[in-house]
Amino acid sequence: MDVGEQNADNLVDQPEVLQPRMVTIEISGKQYTVPEGITVIKAMWYAGQEVVRGVGCLGGFCGACATYYRTKDDPKVKTCLACQTAVQDGMSFTMMPPFPARKAIYDIRTLQDPKQDLFNLYPEAPLCRNCNACTEACPQKIDVREGVWKAVFGDFQSVADMFMDCVMCGMCAPVCIADIAPNFVALYVSRAQGAHFTEKPMGLEARIKEIEEGRFNDEWNKILAMNKEELAELCTKVK
Amino acid sequence: MMNVHALQQIVHQTRDARRKQTIPRLSVADRDQLIHKYHPDYRASAYRPLRFGPNEGERTVVELATLLEGDSPLDKQVALTPHHYADVLVIGGGGAGCAAALHAQEAGAKVILATKLRLGDSNSVMAQGGMQVSVAPDDSPITHFLDTLKGGHMENDPHLLKVMVEEGPSIAKWLIDLGVLFDREADGNLHVKKGGGSSKPRLLTCSDYTGLEIMRVLKDEVINRKIQLLEFCAAVELLSDDDGACTGAVLKDLDNQQYVVIAAKTVIIATGGIGRLHIQGFPTSNHYGATGDGLCLCYRIGAKLSHIDTFQYHPSGAVYPEQLVGALVTEGIRSEGGHLVNARGERFVNELDTRDVVSSSIIRECEEGRGIRTMTGRVGVWLDTPLLDIEHGPGTLEKHFPAMVRQFERFGIDISKEPVLIYPTLHYQNGGVKIDINAETGVRNLFVAGEASGGIHGRNRLMGNSLLDLMVFGRRAGLTAAARAGSMKQGKLTLHHLERFRTEAKKHGDLSGVVSPIILPAYTRKVG
Repeated sequence: MDVGEQNADNLVDQPEVLQPRMVTIEISGKQYTVPEGITVIKAMWYAGQEVVRGVGCLGGFCGACATYYRTKDDPKVKTCLACQTAVQDGMSFTMMPPFPARKAIYDIRTLQDPKQDLFNLYPEAPLCRNCNACTEACPQKIDVREGVWKAVFGDFQSVADMFMDCVMCGMCAPVCIADIAPNFVALYVSRAQGAHFTEKPMGLEARIKEIEEGRFNDEWNKILAMNKEELAELCTKVK
Repeated sequence: MMNVHALQQIVHQTRDARRKQTIPRLSVADRDQLIHKYHPDYRASAYRPLRFGPNEGERTVVELATLLEGDSPLDKQVALTPHHYADVLVIGGGGAGCAAALHAQEAGAKVILATKLRLGDSNSVMAQGGMQVSVAPDDSPITHFLDTLKGGHMENDPHLLKVMVEEGPSIAKWLIDLGVLFDREADGNLHVKKGGGSSKPRLLTCSDYTGLEIMRVLKDEVINRKIQLLEFCAAVELLSDDDGACTGAVLKDLDNQQYVVIAAKTVIIATGGIGRLHIQGFPTSNHYGATGDGLCLCYRIGAKLSHIDTFQYHPSGAVYPEQLVGALVTEGIRSEGGHLVNARGERFVNELDTRDVVSSSIIRECEEGRGIRTMTGRVGVWLDTPLLDIEHGPGTLEKHFPAMVRQFERFGIDISKEPVLIYPTLHYQNGGVKIDINAETGVRNLFVAGEASGGIHGRNRLMGNSLLDLMVFGRRAGLTAAARAGSMKQGKLTLHHLERFRTEAKKHGDLSGVVSPIILPAYTRKVG
């Protein structure tokens, strides 16, 4: 890229990236030396590993790269999304394998009593023993435990709000001592909230009806009969 | 040498003065001049003509040309005994693929959905800006049509475009009935936001998680309907009968490297875009699998492509911190009033102009020395994020852009206090496989939906039209394919099209020497 007469003052100081310090990390128990500050995923590539399972959107939205890690001398094993976390010296990590949590099967549109159905679909949901491990495991910082309780008490609206950030990485499931998969519970609850407990938008219904009844047909006929110049002219009038 | 905090001061110092400014959108003539000078689509050295195939003689970027003229991994001896049969084979598990699979299944077809990563791993899941649907009383499908046409430089296929804008409202209803939680007004109506290049507020949103929310629901629905899934299975070649119609596909199981042959009456390609080809060396906002696989497969079987010389460089890709380079900073920030600011503290473009205009102007600022350079050699301009909290009250960013706040917070940056540094990032292929209004290609029984298709967006896609496009044409592809499959027999499985392609290549000086599709980008460092 030509930066022309770039003013030398317009510089963001990032010496740590300019001359990357190398750090020693452990990937699945094996030591590697990698540049400090690159993401966990990039560290795996840097170490020469092929990654097929464990990479998805690379933007922190898909939950494919759920990872367990520990920092130097800290006994606490934490969780992260590998595409959103920088490596540091002494870090040890391993990717979470796919976890066979049970997802209930349902037809969201034909549920009769969604709040009661929760207990048929996920009978384990009320058995939460309040250990809070799910909340601690969540890389999105959702109060997962609170969400499970709110689901059980029928406060579906709050659950839907709380879990809008959920990337379905599933890290809350393996830690649950009551075998709840909170992400699946919240997904069911959020969908039920949207499909059954949210007002139908009248404006949308009205617009669908207008289109079905051909309210715009005359305008369409005019527009589709125009040549390119006439259309371009019309476009300039839209402000 | 100054640090990042010192350099940001100019953004804070000039904020009040900038708030009083209005910058008009460019006239058509000025816009064209700017784009021709600075937009990467006009960098002639990055392009070359295709030597053979359905688009022979047409230009595209070198990276894509090499793959389109690439060879299949299959040899003539490969056994084409089917492992699975389907009425409708959907290749791709993002938004278009899920919409297609669900509608085909609901229409009674036996559906297989194959995807090279997991169900849902896609660009769709990352869509933050929203989905354009004309639901406001003072808006209409016609206005949506004209905005889109204008944004696409009048090169959109008007028939495809009409279908897209007219079916938007019914698609929104379908999603709501499945439980998608769009943002609402107090009266229960859908809240709409204004997007770049649009004359009316028309974006339906789920805070800045619109794609994630839609995809959580669609993935769940695909599983609930027990649609047969083949995950970690990448399509490597399509199959055709003696008449050239598509009859199935060969997949490669990435867990055991075995080929899986699918006999399918119809095939829907929903494989998305090409960001991971890093065209012209650009970073990308795209997901790991965005390697243009569907384009290669369709090209070899004889489907014509459209608008493959034009790509969208989203104006605001992160430049700092280094870990986020290429990641998207949603256009929503500019929709809500965020300013773009150069190193002198000046605004230089109407932030809500179309993406090609805004990107070109950022490139201009940087090339003319008014950019801010990081020590890794990257250049960018400021996006004044703290302005949103000042303009609309504290907590605005946290409330409306939780995903973005979280993304930067992970690296110690509070975007409500500090502006972010951005530069255009490779975001979208404006073109793709040419389709008709039912999403069918020039090859019979071969459909394409979503980003892999071409013609709807002309030379520049408007914000929020992608989620809409892939839902509308995913549905059309699914319904048409299911109906077709109900009235026909499974065709023969051959590789005749591949033999023809190889013969034609020989006549024109041979294949490019690479095997395509590449399936995943080669990021693994060669060690030792």
